[in-house]
Amino acid sequence: MSDAIRPLIVGAGPAGIRAAQTLVNAGIRPVVIDEAPSSGGQIYRQRLVPDERSAKDLYGSEAAKAIALHGTFARICDRIDYLPETLVWNLRDKAVDVVTGQRTRRIAFSHLILATGATDRVLPFPGWTLPGVFTLGGSQIALKSQGCAIGEKVVFLGSGPLLYLVAWQYMKAGADVAAVLDTAPFSAKFHLLRGLFAQPSVVLRGFRFAAELMARGVAVHFGVQPVRIDGTTRVEGISWRERGKEHRLACDAVGYGFSLRSETQLADLAGCRNIFDARDRAWRPERDSAGRTSVSGVYIAGDGAGIAGADAAELAGERAGLALLDDAGLPVDHARIGVLERKLASIQKFRNVLESAFPFPESWVTSIADDVTLCRCEEIAVGDARAAVRDQGVSELNRLKALTRVGMGRCQGRMCASAAVEVLASACGRSPDAVGRLRAQPPIKPIPLAVAAEGEAA
Amino acid sequence: MSRTLHKDVAIIGGGLVGSSAALALRRMGFSVVLLDKGFCGAQASGVNYGGVRRQGRPPEQIALSQRAHAIWPRLMDLIGVDGEFVRSGHLKLARTEAEMASLEAYAARVADLGLDLELIGGIQLREHFPWIAGDVTGASLCAGDGHANPRLVSAAFAHAARHAGVDVLEHTPVSHVEKALDGFHLSAGSSTEIKARFVINSAGAWAGPFAEAFGEPVPLHAIYPSMIVTEPLNVFMNVNIGAEGGGIYARQVERGNCIVGGMRGEPLAEPDFSRPTGSGAVTIMNRAAALFPALRHAYAIRFWSGTEGEMADRNPVIGFSRTTPNLIHAFGFSGAGFQIAPGVGEVLAELVRDGESRTPIQAFAIDRFARTTQGSRADSEPEPQKRETAQ
Repeated sequence: MSDAIRPLIVGAGPAGIRAAQTLVNAGIRPVVIDEAPSSGGQIYRQRLVPDERSAKDLYGSEAAKAIALHGTFARICDRIDYLPETLVWNLRDKAVDVVTGQRTRRIAFSHLILATGATDRVLPFPGWTLPGVFTLGGSQIALKSQGCAIGEKVVFLGSGPLLYLVAWQYMKAGADVAAVLDTAPFSAKFHLLRGLFAQPSVVLRGFRFAAELMARGVAVHFGVQPVRIDGTTRVEGISWRERGKEHRLACDAVGYGFSLRSETQLADLAGCRNIFDARDRAWRPERDSAGRTSVSGVYIAGDGAGIAGADAAELAGERAGLALLDDAGLPVDHARIGVLERKLASIQKFRNVLESAFPFPESWVTSIADDVTLCRCEEIAVGDARAAVRDQGVSELNRLKALTRVGMGRCQGRMCASAAVEVLASACGRSPDAVGRLRAQPPIKPIPLAVAAEGEAA
Repeated sequence: MSRTLHKDVAIIGGGLVGSSAALALRRMGFSVVLLDKGFCGAQASGVNYGGVRRQGRPPEQIALSQRAHAIWPRLMDLIGVDGEFVRSGHLKLARTEAEMASLEAYAARVADLGLDLELIGGIQLREHFPWIAGDVTGASLCAGDGHANPRLVSAAFAHAARHAGVDVLEHTPVSHVEKALDGFHLSAGSSTEIKARFVINSAGAWAGPFAEAFGEPVPLHAIYPSMIVTEPLNVFMNVNIGAEGGGIYARQVERGNCIVGGMRGEPLAEPDFSRPTGSGAVTIMNRAAALFPALRHAYAIRFWSGTEGEMADRNPVIGFSRTTPNLIHAFGFSGAGFQIAPGVGEVLAELVRDGESRTPIQAFAIDRFARTTQGSRADSEPEPQKRETAQ
């Protein structure tokens, strides 16, 4: 009975849009909630105000995909209930609490598709909280959404495919990219050759970014160990170590990140069982190949279900939509399901290659000094966490939070927990999966005290 | 491989009561094992609101409360941290003439008990506390009361107990306890057997089954007080706020975050965890924004809730079992245990050592429920002060 089906989709990025499209095609009208003012997610984020930039300018090699996705959303827009600029801050008993501006209301759902995406994984190092330091994702948003660069002379640092993509986008937009500092050794990139068979276009695109950067005179350094971001009131330069020698470069902005981390709080509030994903070095909701979580009627797709990228997100969104239809007893195209699952499996294999090419900087945790800020919301230093381990025998993440306030501030651990896990695990001699995970609590993000509550919507 | 510990005292429950008793007993020279099914101080003791408040307690609790009152300023010496204890004063607001009359009646009733309450009229209140808005008729100030940080204090008591030589066994739930000829036998965790001369049941909201195992069923049920926390703001709230009739309580910490409570959460499927309800949280937030103009544009960054044991008459059970020699109960603090817990710990240690305490605790006897068919309600307003069921 499709009357009884009132699905709710959280997130209007590639996964959320494809999931919504799949449901709409089956004659179902989902509610689609998104924090952003317009659809597309982070990867295909739209301009805040129209400017002269073309899709090619904005999305580069991914312009065709962006146009297709935005086109799809425009076509289904009147067949969904779309709530932009709306934050899901709580989830309980088959309903979400959402806030739009100063109004909060509760929306019930029959099924839930979580397409909540990911944010950069941030690892602290000296100077990381200086004005002028952005995440790679943040740097990209500034460019795409607001049409501005994060600085006049920018250094990009870290690991992950986003490092080269963002640097290349900045260069294409006319910004002065002073250097790309890759924490992985050059040899790690040979792993990409293995990926040529699985995802040749992706690998070749990556090589092209790097080659074009170098051709335009951008220095690309490998095996970089960040030492500090220099500056007193804002970024003035960056120092790093490379093959035993320290280098310094003047710049006024740094964009950095070490791959991505999934946004999993809503799945946690929904009661989904979690597993530790060794590749992502993080806990994520357990799911089957269709995106079904351990909770009946709750599905998950896209980077929020484990990092797999935008192409996988589109496929997974459609796959989750089909799983929902199938579970609701509606007809589905099984051939299409086969195609989607084969493509997703192929991307998953390729993720292993990418992880080898852009490995997590294992040495970070031993090199990081005690006085570096670990949790910037609560201003807790790395040494405070280590002291809690040493003096109070802490060996679990929620306990670390209770005793030191790490992860207790505005971001609720979304920014600092990845690093806190590494520091805690290293300090108490355990593996990252053995120190537990922060239990999610509402509100997912801060909400105004003076919110006005409305009655429950259908 | 199982092991057997021989101790003078086995304490079930590593909350603030159990931990402070363990510390006091160890300092008297007893050998002690402190058992907790999770982390010590991770339940109500560690996640309560943090009010260090004598005002509003029923007269029969005041002697105990005064004993604890003397301990709070000495935390640094006792457990090595000050627990962010601030003697800010506790201001209890009256929003109607009837509530003001109730505050006046309470002040008269406890006049000889040393709380030094100061009744404040509406005009004076607006003059001294201009950051409070709305129709507040008056208030009662207890200048010696204050607030502290539960998550630090409770863990620090357990830590100090361990440091003093208490065997602190966390993640070691007690699965069985019985009295034999040679004392108590306890089974805990996967492989720990304990023989002890005394057992203290300080298992908080989980204490009921242990009491019942010794033939002493009690009207104890779980409540889930829930709090919201604002982002750090300029410090304006220089006193711990309560309200006659309940509905809101609030304090601001040095860092600037305001902590506001007044509603109840609900348990999760995993029974050791609870969560505020969405509507309950919004109600608290709205009340706070209405009462404190400085919060009108503030954001809530965090909610929390915890599991607490509440007795039918909202007075705790403290004292010897009536069925089993050398068994001592101390639980059911009904949302108002934080301030008195360190005093209770000392009392429990005296009970073990002397068989009696110098602080009167007759009102908290476990058999009071057996004596009356219906528990008499203590006319107190412990935090959370009004029983409210969130929608």
